[in-house]
Amino acid sequence: MRWLWIDCITEHEEGKRLVAIKNVSLAEDVLHDHVVQGKTIMPFSLMIEGMAQTAGILVGSTSRFKEKVILAKISKASLDFDVTAGETIRYDATIDRIDQAGASTSGTIDRRCASGEAWERVGRVELLFSHIDNNMAGTEFPAHNFVFSANFKMVLETAGLASLAEN
Amino acid sequence: MSRDAIFEKIQEVLDDALGVDEDEVTPNASLTADLGAESIDFLDIVFRIEKTFDFKISQGELFPENLTDNPDWVADGKLTDAGLAMLKERMTHVDFASIEDGDRSISKIGDLITVNSLVNFVEIKLAG
Repeated sequence: MRWLWIDCITEHEEGKRLVAIKNVSLAEDVLHDHVVQGKTIMPFSLMIEGMAQTAGILVGSTSRFKEKVILAKISKASLDFDVTAGETIRYDATIDRIDQAGASTSGTIDRRCASGEAWERVGRVELLFSHIDNNMAGTEFPAHNFVFSANFKMVLETAGLASLAEN
Repeated sequence: MSRDAIFEKIQEVLDDALGVDEDEVTPNASLTADLGAESIDFLDIVFRIEKTFDFKISQGELFPENLTDNPDWVADGKLTDAGLAMLKERMTHVDFASIEDGDRSISKIGDLITVNSLVNFVEIKLAG
C-alpha cells in the first residue's frame, strides 16, 4: 500500500486545480523523529510529497488516470514555517502546462492551527511530472497503472470524485 | 525580438530549469555535457520556453526523441546516415557538423544541443 500524505480532497476544478488537506497527528510515528525546540514538526520533505500527491491526482485526472504520472522533478520548493501536530495543512495545486510528455504544476501550502480559522502561508512548491509511457528515451513500463492504486481511488471516492477514475 | 534578447531570456530559462548561473550559460555550452541537464530537464526547458515566448512546441520538435525506435536511424548504438539526414532535416536549429565524420554514438547526440541551438530554435519559431 502506498503511503498517503493527504487526507481528503476539498476542491476540484477539472484540468485546472485541486485542493487537498492533511491533518497532522501525533499518532504518526514520523513526527517523533522531527523535533524542533521541543515541538514535533511535519518534515518538509513530506509536505512536498503531500503536494506531489495533490498535484499528481490533478494531473492524472486529466487522462482519467490512464497515464502513469510520475514526479520527475522538484523545480522549486520554498517552505518558511513549521507545521506541528494538531494543525491542518492545505495543498492547493494548479496545472501550469500539460502535454503528452508530462505536466508542470505550481502550488501553495498553507497551515491552520487547531484553535484558529485563518490559513497562513507556509510556502510554495513547483513540480514537474512525467507521463512515463511517453518518456523521451522510449523506455517501456508495465501495462497496468501502478501509480494510481486502490487507496488513491479511495481518496477520490471519499471526495465524491470516483467518476474521475472510471474508464 | 533580437537574437541578443532571445539569448538573455534563454539564460533565464536555463538558470531556472537547471539551477546554473547565467554566466555559465554561454552560446556554445552543451546542455548535457556542460550544464548538467538530464532527460527530464528537457521537458522542463520545453515548458519554460513555451511560457517565456508564448508558443507551443510539439513533442520531438526541440529535442530528438525515440530515435532508437527506428532501426533505419540507429544501428549498433550509432546514428546511421539516414538517421543523421532525418535529424538535419527536422532539427535545423542544431549544428550536426561535429558528428558528420566523428563519433555518432546515440549517447552523444544530446551533447549537440547547445544554448545556441535553443536560441536558433526560438528565432526560427518567432519568424514562423
